[in-house]
Amino acid sequence: MTHLLELRDLYVEFHTRDGVARVLNGVRYHVDAGETLAVLGESGSGKSVTAQAIMGILDIPPAKIRAGEILYQGRDLLKLSESERRAIRGAEIAMVFQDSLSALNPVFPVGWQIAEAIRLRQGASRSDATRRAIELMDRVKIPAAKSRIKDYPHQFSGGMRQRVMIAMALALGPKLLIADEPTTALDVTVQAQIMDLLAELQRELGMALILITHDLGVVATVADRIAVMYAGRIVEHADVHSLYAKPAHPYTRALINSIPRQNRRGQQLLTIEGLPPNLTRIPRGCPFHPRCPYSVAICLTDLPPLRDLGAGRTSACHLTPEQLDARD
Amino acid sequence: MSDATDDAVIAPPRSLAGDAWYDLRRNPVFWIAGFIVLMMVLIALFPGLFSSIDARTAACSLADSLRPPGAQHWFGFDKQGCDVYSRVIYGARSSVIVGVFSTLIAGFVAVLVGTVAGFYGRWVDALLARVVDVFLGVPTLLGAIVVAKALAGQDLGIWPVVLALGLLGWPTPARVIRSSVIAASHQDYVNAARILGAGNARIILRHILPNSLAPTVVILTIMLGSFIAVEATLSFLGVGPRNTVSWGTDIAEAQRWIREASFPLLFPAGFLTLTVLAFIMLGDTVREAFDPRLR
Amino acid sequence: MPATESGAPGGAPLLRVEGLVKHFTTTSGVLLKTPTGSVKAVDGVSFDLHRGETLGIVGESGCGKSTLAKLLLRLETPTAGRALLGGRDIFEMNGEELRALRRNFQMIMQDPYTSLNPRMTVGDIIGEPFEIHPEVMPKAGRRARVRELLDRVGLNPEHISRYPHQFSGGQRQRIGIARALALNPQIIVCDEPVSALDVSIQAQVVNLLEELQRELGLSYIFIAHDLSVVRHISDRVAVMYLGKFVEIGTEEQIYDHATHPYTQALLSAAPLPDPALRGQRQIIRLDGDVPSPANPPSGCRFRTRCWKAQARCETDEPALLSRAGAAPHPSACHFAEELPTTG
Repeated sequence: MTHLLELRDLYVEFHTRDGVARVLNGVRYHVDAGETLAVLGESGSGKSVTAQAIMGILDIPPAKIRAGEILYQGRDLLKLSESERRAIRGAEIAMVFQDSLSALNPVFPVGWQIAEAIRLRQGASRSDATRRAIELMDRVKIPAAKSRIKDYPHQFSGGMRQRVMIAMALALGPKLLIADEPTTALDVTVQAQIMDLLAELQRELGMALILITHDLGVVATVADRIAVMYAGRIVEHADVHSLYAKPAHPYTRALINSIPRQNRRGQQLLTIEGLPPNLTRIPRGCPFHPRCPYSVAICLTDLPPLRDLGAGRTSACHLTPEQLDARD
Repeated sequence: MSDATDDAVIAPPRSLAGDAWYDLRRNPVFWIAGFIVLMMVLIALFPGLFSSIDARTAACSLADSLRPPGAQHWFGFDKQGCDVYSRVIYGARSSVIVGVFSTLIAGFVAVLVGTVAGFYGRWVDALLARVVDVFLGVPTLLGAIVVAKALAGQDLGIWPVVLALGLLGWPTPARVIRSSVIAASHQDYVNAARILGAGNARIILRHILPNSLAPTVVILTIMLGSFIAVEATLSFLGVGPRNTVSWGTDIAEAQRWIREASFPLLFPAGFLTLTVLAFIMLGDTVREAFDPRLR
Repeated sequence: MPATESGAPGGAPLLRVEGLVKHFTTTSGVLLKTPTGSVKAVDGVSFDLHRGETLGIVGESGCGKSTLAKLLLRLETPTAGRALLGGRDIFEMNGEELRALRRNFQMIMQDPYTSLNPRMTVGDIIGEPFEIHPEVMPKAGRRARVRELLDRVGLNPEHISRYPHQFSGGQRQRIGIARALALNPQIIVCDEPVSALDVSIQAQVVNLLEELQRELGLSYIFIAHDLSVVRHISDRVAVMYLGKFVEIGTEEQIYDHATHPYTQALLSAAPLPDPALRGQRQIIRLDGDVPSPANPPSGCRFRTRCWKAQARCETDEPALLSRAGAAPHPSACHFAEELPTTG
C-alpha cells in the first residue's frame, strides 16, 4: 500500500567538533491522508530532524543523510533535484514551526507574506493573491482579517502569529502539514485554540498531519497514531488508545508513568534515571539500556529489532510486553 | 543517584576560555600572528639582543651611503650612511611602546566609562554618552598631530603622543563594552547574585566584567595595531619626538631617495606593515575563538 | 482587606502579603520623560504562606506572576503594599536587616542556561553565598559544605571544578537548587523551575524539590503554567489573571471544585494525557487574547472573555471573597459556581 508519506530506514549524522553525532538511526514511519501521526520524543530524540529532512531544510553540511528513503506518494524525495523538491515544498508538504517570531519575516506585512507564496507559485495577480490571503486569515480565525493584512508580525500576539503561520502553510493547499512543536511556546488556553483549529482544518481539508511534540497531553487529545522516538530511532509505534492504555516499550512506559497524576499526590513521581545518551557516543546494544529498569544481558550487546505486536503495533525491545509485565 | 554523564561529558573541566584556547591552538593564523607579535615585543624590549649596533648612538658615515645589503649589514645602509638593520630594530621601540601604552590608557578609561554607563544606566548613561560623542567628534590622527606639534619643543619623548592617543582612542571600545555590560546586566545570573545579597561591586567584578570583556579585548588588540600605524604616521610627518629612532622617520627619509635605492624604504615599511597586520589578525582570531555563536 | 482563606494550616503564617501592587509607568521622550500610561503588572495581591507548605501560583503570560516573584525577592520595589516576614515588612528593610532577609528568602529560576554564570565553576557558584554571608559558613568549612550540597541535589561532588556548560539542563537546575539552599532559607520562590526541562527530567527535579521540602521544612511559592505539575506539588493554589488573584484555595478545591470561570477555562484547556477522555470533557474555549495589562478592562478584568459576563461585571469589580452558595474558597466572580459535573 502506498502511503502518502513514508520514511524508510533514514540515517542522518551531524559532524560536530566533538565527533560524529548519529542523530537518526534507521527511522521508519508513515502517514496517510486525513490522519494525524504524532512523533513523540524529548530533546535529542531526533524528531525535529526527521521533519527537516522531509522538508529538505537540513543544513548539509554539517548534517549528512547517510541512507534511507523519504517516499512521498511513492517518489523518493531524496533522489529529486532541488527544483523538484522546491515544487513539492509548500504546495504539497508544508510546515509550521515552534517559534513564530523567527519563522516570519519581521520586515514584511503578514498579508504580503501569505500572498507571496500564492503569487509566486500559482502565478496569481497581486489583488487575487491578497484576496486569497484575507480568506485564509479568516479561515484561521484571525479577527478583522481585512484590516490586519498590513500589520507586521510583531504587532500580533503569539497565538495570532501562530495562526498566521498556519495560514501561510495552507496557502497552496498542501496534502501534508508538518507541525513542529506548534504550541509549545503558547499559553495553555491559546494552545487549546490552536489545536482545535488544526483539527478542524484537517477535517475540512482532508490533510494529513504530522505533529511533532513532547507533550503527552496534546498527543492524547489529537493523535490517531503515535511514533515514539529515542536516540534517533522509533522505539514504539501504536494507535493512541493502545499506547496510553498498555505501552509496550520501557521508555514509553516510563514516560507515561512520570506524568504527575491526581492519584499519586504525595508520592514521588516515577522517573527515568539518568540522561539521554550523548549522540556521539551511543551505547552498544539498545541505546536505552543504561536507563532501563528491565534490561537483561542481551540488551547490552544487541540492538533490538522492531518487534511486530500485531494490529499495527511495534516495539523495539528484546522483551515482549508480557515479559515486561512479569518483571514488574 | 548515579551521575550518568561521566562518559557523556569530557573529563577535565573546560571553561569558556579553555574552549576558546582549544580553538585558537588549532588556528595557524593565531600562531603566525602571535609569533610576529611576540617577536616585535621582544625586539622593542631588548633591541640589544638583536642588533650589535646601537642605532641611537651609532656613527653614520656618508661613505656608506646607500650601500646595498651584504653579509655584515643585512639591510644595507640608508642615505646618511646609517645601518638600516639596527635602525629598524631600534625603531620598533617607538612604535610598539606607543601602541601598547596608549592602548592601555584607552582601555582603562574605556572599561571605566563603559561599565559605569552600562551598569547604572539612565542619566549617568545619557551623560556619558554625550561625552563619548564629543570625543568621537575629534579625528584621532589630527588630534594626535596637534598635540604632538604643540608639545614638540618640550622634549618629552613619546609620552605626549601616548597620552593623546589614549585619550582620543577610548570612546570606541567604551561603546563596545557598554553594550556588553548592558547585555550581561540583564542575565538571570546577575539577578541570582542580587538575590543572594551581592553588592554592586561584587556583581560588576565577578559577574559582569568577566562576561563582557571578550569583545573589548578584541577591539583593543586591533586598536593597538592602528596606534602603531598612527605613531609611524606622526614620525613620517615630522611631528614625532625628535632624536628618536622610528620607522616613520626612516620611511619619510627613504622615500625621498626611492629612485636611487628601494631597500631603505622596503625594510622599515615592511616591518611596520607586518607588525600592524599581526596585531589585527591576532585580534581577529581571538574574536572568532570567543564567539559563542560558533560554539 | 481581602479574604478569609480556607484550608490554610493553623498557626500564624510565615509570610503575609497584603495588597501588593506594582505599576510600571511607560514614558515617551528622551530627555524629559513624560508618563504616557502605566502597566499594571501586579494590581493588589494578598496571601499567606505557612511553614512547610507549598503555594502554587498559576497563570498565563502577562498575568504578572514573574513580576510578583521579583517583588517578593526585592528585585523590584512595589508601588504599594507590604509583605510581612516575622511581623516585619520586608520592603522596609535596609542594610544589615536586608542582608539577613536574603538568607531567608531565595529563588530558583526558570532558565538553566542563563541562571548560572558561565565563567564560574560550579563550586564557585554554590560557594558564592558563603562569600557574601561569611557568618553562615567560615572559610574553612566551605568546600566541604559545597560538596555536601552537590551531593544533596544528586550531583557528583567530584564535579566541583566543572563549568556550567559541561552539564545538562536538568543538572544545571540542580546546581541552581544547591545554590538556593546554601544559606538555609525558609522560603524559596520557584519561578517555573521545570518548564524548560524535558518531561522525564522534570519528574526528577520535582521529586528532589519535594524531598528537600520534607527534610528541611522549606516553604515554596511555586510559580508555573503547567497545571499538572502545580497540582502535584502544591498544598494550596492561587490562580492569577492580569495582575490579580481570581481564585485561591486548596489544591483539591481549585482542581475539583473550581468556581471562577477563568479557572474553569484553564482547567478545560489543559490537555489531559488520557485519550479515553476524548469527547468526555467539558470544552470551554475562550475567545481572543489576554487584554494588555497596560489597559485592563474596567470592572472585572476577565469580563471581555467570559461567557457569564453581565452589565454588572463592567462596573462592579468582584472582590476575592468566599461566595455564599458556592464552594467555601475565595473566588473573584459575581457569579461564581462550580460547573455541572461531567468532568
